[in-house]
Amino acid sequence: MTKFKRFWMYAFLTAAAIISIFPFLWIVISATNLSKDVSNGRLLPGSQLITNLHHLTQQINLGQALWNSARIAVITTVLALLIASLAGYGFEVYRSKTKDIVFNILLLSMMIPFASLMVPLYRMFADFSKTVPFFGVDTVSSVILPTFTTAFLIFFFRQSSKMFPKELLEAGRIDGLSELGLFFRIYMPTMKTTYAAGAIITFMSSWNNYLWPLVVLQSPEKRTIPLLISNLGSSYSPDYGMIMAAIVISTLPTALVFFLMQKHFVAGMTGSVK
Amino acid sequence: MKNQSAARLRLNSRLTGWMFIIFAVIMICAFYFYPMIQALILSFKTGTGANMHFNGVDNYKRLFTDKVFLTALKNTCIFLIIQVPIMILLSIFISVLLNDSKLKFKGFFRTAIFLPSVTSLVAYSVVFKYMFGTDGLVNLALTKLHLISAPIQWITDPFWAKITIIIAITWRWTGYNMIFYLSGLQNIDHSIYEAARIDGASAFRQFRSITIPLLKPIILFTSITSTIGTLQLFDEVMNITQGGPGNATLSISQYIYNLSFKYTPNFGYAATVSYTIVILIVLLSIIQFKVAGDRK
Repeated sequence: MTKFKRFWMYAFLTAAAIISIFPFLWIVISATNLSKDVSNGRLLPGSQLITNLHHLTQQINLGQALWNSARIAVITTVLALLIASLAGYGFEVYRSKTKDIVFNILLLSMMIPFASLMVPLYRMFADFSKTVPFFGVDTVSSVILPTFTTAFLIFFFRQSSKMFPKELLEAGRIDGLSELGLFFRIYMPTMKTTYAAGAIITFMSSWNNYLWPLVVLQSPEKRTIPLLISNLGSSYSPDYGMIMAAIVISTLPTALVFFLMQKHFVAGMTGSVK
Repeated sequence: MKNQSAARLRLNSRLTGWMFIIFAVIMICAFYFYPMIQALILSFKTGTGANMHFNGVDNYKRLFTDKVFLTALKNTCIFLIIQVPIMILLSIFISVLLNDSKLKFKGFFRTAIFLPSVTSLVAYSVVFKYMFGTDGLVNLALTKLHLISAPIQWITDPFWAKITIIIAITWRWTGYNMIFYLSGLQNIDHSIYEAARIDGASAFRQFRSITIPLLKPIILFTSITSTIGTLQLFDEVMNITQGGPGNATLSISQYIYNLSFKYTPNFGYAATVSYTIVILIVLLSIIQFKVAGDRK
């Protein structure tokens, strides 16, 4: 490759990287500046982080929203990984023609837009409100139940199971493990990277989910992080510094999850896309 | 005797198999397929709350005369036709550059470009709204660089508002799609390129005749998921422009939300509008499969 081409290659990638990172830098810098400095375009770190955090704690209950989001995201992730990996394993290890048909039907659900599920789901949970306690509109379960099983994750686990060495199962059977024991004792520990990647995907999408919680959660004290940020962002005279501080705090959990598990994530994704 | 026990064993193993998948099947049926059928029934009904009654195809007839719906449909199609190809090409291009074996700082570039996919749609939308505000950072920078004389109305002009949404979505999703291409490229044997180079194929020729055909399944996958995503666009328009100015960026999902939860609830008609997305997704996916399948 010529030097000229090489130069443009680095120039392009550097520009792409700067464009990708800049908004993050801006949020972090703005979280340390006063609102009027932010709107004047100040791009240097300031010393107002404490002031912004103080405003934040006075005006909104960020802790409550963080707790709400964390609880929903953790429960969703655990349930999603369990159900989807059981199914992905079942479809691959106990493969049969009928199961393949069922699998393809399940995949069709990926094509269903959430916008068309929203109204019937809302009506369903509104009915639950009258009959089943803790399952109606405005409850944690109403946010979790319709979102944790996704055909995507089942597909993801099935694809990854293709690389799982099936001889291990035979060995386990000879050792007298039950079929469920094989799954928990052999499959789960072997597929750690797949679980890690699945956990990242699920945790992030749950933490960031906006439309369904917006529809189903009504009391302010049950609001999740995205609802809170959206609310702050739509205020008529925004306190930029404070809002940026809130965004930094609310993005930290997903950023942490991502950076801690980045290696597994790329490895897991690579295994599934074939 | 032996045959009988073998048959029982097979039946047993088949039942165990179903045990593993039954929860997932129940959940998907209860929260995807059942509501879909409910929505279909609902789309032929009108009224509010418990007083819903059938009104035939009136809801569907209303679609064709509903100016707001037609605007939302048009907006969504504009986003789709312009944004998805730009993003797919950009992510293929970046991943090809990143796949160069001699490239330095590969990890840094990859992480940096993937970083936007870590943010929540709401958070980045709010940030983009501020950056692209009339007195926002983007206008400030462009004015300082003397590229523009008057600030661009990124949010409040019908044309520029669409551009802002397109820029925002492209920023958020290019890195995400890039990961799929990168993993696809890693599976391509390097010797194919070497052979091509010996045959005197130019870089562009190699890209067109080797990279693109081998990436076809992934191109299909990413274009279908991006199409489905764009057809369901909600968080960005809701938080950057709120569908404005004057419905210039209103998406179909947002219209459904407005019909069901913002205006006087009209669940029947909202369900009808939602079925147009279903039909669009099915149609576009079939087209994309056909286009990608033809050249195999």
